[in-house]
Amino acid sequence: MRKQAVAIVGAAETTELGKIPRMSQLQLHADAALNTLTDAGLKVSDIDGVATAGESPTGVAHYLGITPKWVDGTSVGGCSFMIHVRHAVAAIASGLCTTVLITHGESGRSQIGRGGFRSAAASLSGQFEAPYGPMGPSTLFTLPVLRYMKDYGLTHEQLAMVAVVQRQWAGLNPRASYRDPITVEDVLNSRMIAYPFHLLECCLVTDGGGALILTSAERAGDFPKPAVHIWGSGESVETPMISQMEDLCSSRAFAVAGPAAMADAGISHADVDHMMVYDAFAHLPIYGLADLGFCERGEAGAFIAEGHTAPGGRLPLNTNGGGLSYMHSGMYGMYALQESVRQLRHIAPAQVPDAEISLCLGVGGMFGASGCIVLGRQAKD
Amino acid sequence: MAAQKPTRALPKPTPETEHFWEGTKARELRLQRCDECDHVYFPPRPFCPRCSSRTVSVFRASGKGTLASYVINERPHPAFEGPYSIALVDLEEGPRMMSNIVGCAQTPESLVLDMPLQVTFEVQNDEITLPMFEPVGANDA
Repeated sequence: MRKQAVAIVGAAETTELGKIPRMSQLQLHADAALNTLTDAGLKVSDIDGVATAGESPTGVAHYLGITPKWVDGTSVGGCSFMIHVRHAVAAIASGLCTTVLITHGESGRSQIGRGGFRSAAASLSGQFEAPYGPMGPSTLFTLPVLRYMKDYGLTHEQLAMVAVVQRQWAGLNPRASYRDPITVEDVLNSRMIAYPFHLLECCLVTDGGGALILTSAERAGDFPKPAVHIWGSGESVETPMISQMEDLCSSRAFAVAGPAAMADAGISHADVDHMMVYDAFAHLPIYGLADLGFCERGEAGAFIAEGHTAPGGRLPLNTNGGGLSYMHSGMYGMYALQESVRQLRHIAPAQVPDAEISLCLGVGGMFGASGCIVLGRQAKD
Repeated sequence: MAAQKPTRALPKPTPETEHFWEGTKARELRLQRCDECDHVYFPPRPFCPRCSSRTVSVFRASGKGTLASYVINERPHPAFEGPYSIALVDLEEGPRMMSNIVGCAQTPESLVLDMPLQVTFEVQNDEITLPMFEPVGANDA
């Protein structure tokens, strides 16, 4: 029996992005949610399912005045929203609810009304990683890369090119935080954060939010904006400790979630017109391209450096400018999904001509989790 | 009175990890091996992550390993002086662990991937001694 089809019928970000010191984190969720309700032409009372991460679904539902029949508080880092999409598809298809609101808001830069997240001293990462002086993602997420460089020939210049290419995309996007062109030399001359990573190879830290509304694809024609259809999805987790990755040169969660989403969608690599790979740091698109089989491991760095993912290239990637140049609040996955929706609605600032299929790959923690969504401009046959 | 040097984020042992931290106090790096399938694993837990057997044993590891990967953190940390390495060490027995590489310059030239390493122990307080690694031969001179 064919699964009931589900579509995204509302999608929007917070009114502003960047530095928003007058809004708490919870209000960023609400601002994005209200913009998304407007986008979909719906009222709060139309929503009967709520999913979120960072804040609890209880807190978000109560703040917005929603009485949900279904909630999902899966919180596995920045790809939680991809996983919420996948879970919402299952919930709607099985009749647990009809209309799901997924929210994200994060005061990453201004830190207004934001709870902290520090690993407890008795947790495994607290015992076996924290004592050695890691200072957040820039010193943890980056740890496997020297191994990748040695084993697969990735160069410092190729890593820098990831940032250069994404800045080319950001230059086309008025909402991007950084838009001025940069060169490989600019990247390699920027301040060293954690060798081998320079400042421009690390994501931004900004405030913002975004939300999505999903419902049955049968209703897709009932909304003011074009619906974007969910063709397939996948999810997995690997480890909360970067030191315990099975293979320092591959994300097991990517390798499970990505192929699962493509198989669910019934697509091949050649069908993908547009791609998002969550880029908290410059190496993530390289891992993503290889783990999903778009490139061999030793080729992904050169593939990007040669311009194949740049404007005009055959696999447009991170077309909003990505976490490196567009924005990054902390849990960036929502913004990757928003860009996939914009591309398939054909309203993106850097529009990929005739984009029909978008693949959106998220990461959570430091290669700890992944969610992957394949979206289509048309309903799946 | 001299200001006390700020400490690292120190571990809080749990019942499942106590043998490891008792071991480092005794200047031993202790790992676990499954009595059923011989799998050697880390971090500690009272069952085998490969076959789920609860019949496992603690043993003293050789303390030898190689440098799998690392970063050199350039941002100031109150418990460290200057840039410092955060490293992944592949232990001779199989598991990988995070640590710091000490006893050598904290530079890409001195920190060469796959170089042989030997465990060393740094006392933090009466309860906690941390295992760290130094290049083999670092103390021979």
